[in-house]
Amino acid sequence: MTATRDWAREWAEGDGQPLQLLGHDGRILRPEVARPPDDLVREGLRLMLLSRAIDERCTNLQRQGRLGLYAPVLGQEAAVVGSHLAIDPAVDWLVPASREQPAMLRHGWPLDRMLALMLGRFEAARIPDDVRMLPRQQSIGSQLPHAVGIAWSASIERRDDVTLAYCGDGATSEGDFHEACNLAGVMQVPLVLVVINNQYAISTPIAKQTRAARLADRARGYGFPGVAVDGNDLLAVHEVTSQAVERARSGQGPTMIEAVTYRLGFHNTSDNPSLYREPAEVARAEELDPVARVVAYAETQGLVDAAAVEAQVLEARAEVATALERALTYPTPGPDDVFRHVSAEEDQRASE
Amino acid sequence: MDVGRDVTLLEATRRALVDAMEASERVVLLGQDVGRLGGVFRATEGLLERFPGRVFDTPLAEGGIVGASVGLAIGGLVPVAEIQFAGFLHQAFHQITQQLARYRFRSRGRFHLPVTIRAPYGGGLRMPEFHPDSLEAQLANVPGLKVFAPAFPDDAYALLREAVRDPDPVLFLEPQRLYRSVRGPLHLDDTGSSAARLRREGDDVLLVSWGPAVHTCLTAAQELETGHGVQAAVLDLRRLSPIDDRGLCEAAAARRRVVVVHEGVRTAGLGAEVVARLQEALADTISLPILRVAAPDTPYPPGRLEDHFLPSTGKVVAAALRAVHGR
Repeated sequence: MTATRDWAREWAEGDGQPLQLLGHDGRILRPEVARPPDDLVREGLRLMLLSRAIDERCTNLQRQGRLGLYAPVLGQEAAVVGSHLAIDPAVDWLVPASREQPAMLRHGWPLDRMLALMLGRFEAARIPDDVRMLPRQQSIGSQLPHAVGIAWSASIERRDDVTLAYCGDGATSEGDFHEACNLAGVMQVPLVLVVINNQYAISTPIAKQTRAARLADRARGYGFPGVAVDGNDLLAVHEVTSQAVERARSGQGPTMIEAVTYRLGFHNTSDNPSLYREPAEVARAEELDPVARVVAYAETQGLVDAAAVEAQVLEARAEVATALERALTYPTPGPDDVFRHVSAEEDQRASE
Repeated sequence: MDVGRDVTLLEATRRALVDAMEASERVVLLGQDVGRLGGVFRATEGLLERFPGRVFDTPLAEGGIVGASVGLAIGGLVPVAEIQFAGFLHQAFHQITQQLARYRFRSRGRFHLPVTIRAPYGGGLRMPEFHPDSLEAQLANVPGLKVFAPAFPDDAYALLREAVRDPDPVLFLEPQRLYRSVRGPLHLDDTGSSAARLRREGDDVLLVSWGPAVHTCLTAAQELETGHGVQAAVLDLRRLSPIDDRGLCEAAAARRRVVVVHEGVRTAGLGAEVVARLQEALADTISLPILRVAAPDTPYPPGRLEDHFLPSTGKVVAAALRAVHGR
């Protein structure tokens, strides 16, 4: 089906509303579009529930003073998981922004290592050598030129890996976003850029980041396709990202995907969203919960039932608990670690 | 270009790029106008034809050039990026300081970035604003970043080969007014070290400098000898970060009088770092006068005003005499 349908064109020719395949109640809106394999939906749901379990546990740990700072994925799970399910972690590169925990896990960063980072066990948190993923980025948008460079290296070396990069709505105001998109367009690199528009950069709403109606419109100015998709619709996000990945892999250049979603939680554990948004707005967004939507879909398709979902939630919590125990066994850094990994010479001196 | 024949600093730079690209297929060049034009100074002239698919003209975006170089290196290549003039490194500063220089650190050693950034700098060519700025102090202040500054053709070659070979990022500052004005023998030395090097012997006073100001010091040393009977040695620092403490301190301890000369502005300039290192290393054993000759704390001025801004031979001579005679 994706071979004949051009989602970016369809969106550009439409009314500007983000593309949707599932209704808010999980029913199929577009029966003519091929549905993903059942196993992919099950894996998506598993990752989304795992993400919730991590959010829940890490937020609690922070409140107990056992963890410094945590940024939950809450509300954005379908945008993150649906897009990442479109790439092959064994081949493709993942360039995260910062709150794409389920994508990082699926890419191969073990959960105990991820938790180790949040617990300050930096050495243990190192991304394994065979995992093609960059560290989380604290400088907003700075990862985007890196993503273009990786994708460009694939073009230069005629490799067939695709780079999947994430950024948020706030990052689209940064110069790096512009320079990266422009270079990606000029060099026609195999890049898929997913802009997770969760409506807020800390307290700043999207209306104060841009006067543009949709962020995906910007792609046209860089000479490549852009498409806005309902970021709470696992199937729609997966569908448009899969097509973008195909385009990239077959040498047709980059695509920008705006996944329109909502940050249900706080920016991070030191934030207080009640200072800048109305409870009614949050309540409306909660009705569009991406996990509830995919559960409803999976139930109507007979992939899961309520008991199975409940079991998966418990399983996810247990997985986090086990990983947390392991993470706490990793060494905390000592004074010598200040000098490690500054340069090859420093590391050479340290090992002598 | 034959080995043994005198070449310009520009020719030596180009030869280093050619040899680095011959030595490894992973070396790629990128930057504004580096391809068809061969760079605004022609440092990369002919390389696009010689290495098709490995030399890239980029959009006019310094941060993007450095940021893309980070990604190219992570993707397995060895990028040599050109920033057309070092004064425009500011437009890439966040990518240099936050990303390029600390990627090894921030990834706990998972990634290291063999990236070289070439950037012409320095005054004396009546250039437009920003183009002649000397930013070495700001660059030396970045942990994880090496800074090289050749002053002679043989160093342009040896240091650039070393920079490209380095597993970590190197900011390579090329003295633009010396590109064509300085000639010297080309040694295809790609095994040398970037340690500080004495460019002139002399027992009375040590002039410490780097890049274009080394030549100011050499002229001043000649004048000190013929006009004042003072024997001045000239130490070319070559690697501005990390500074070669041993070479610096040994050369200073042997003369006991030091003048540091640079084209960057005085306050928090790299000269201050040189002075502090000498004091820390030698404070217990030697009391030595150390003076600075630097650009004043003003923006780089336009046109002929630069003659009043750059360290002159006269100022260096005066400072050296004060260091020797205490006046």
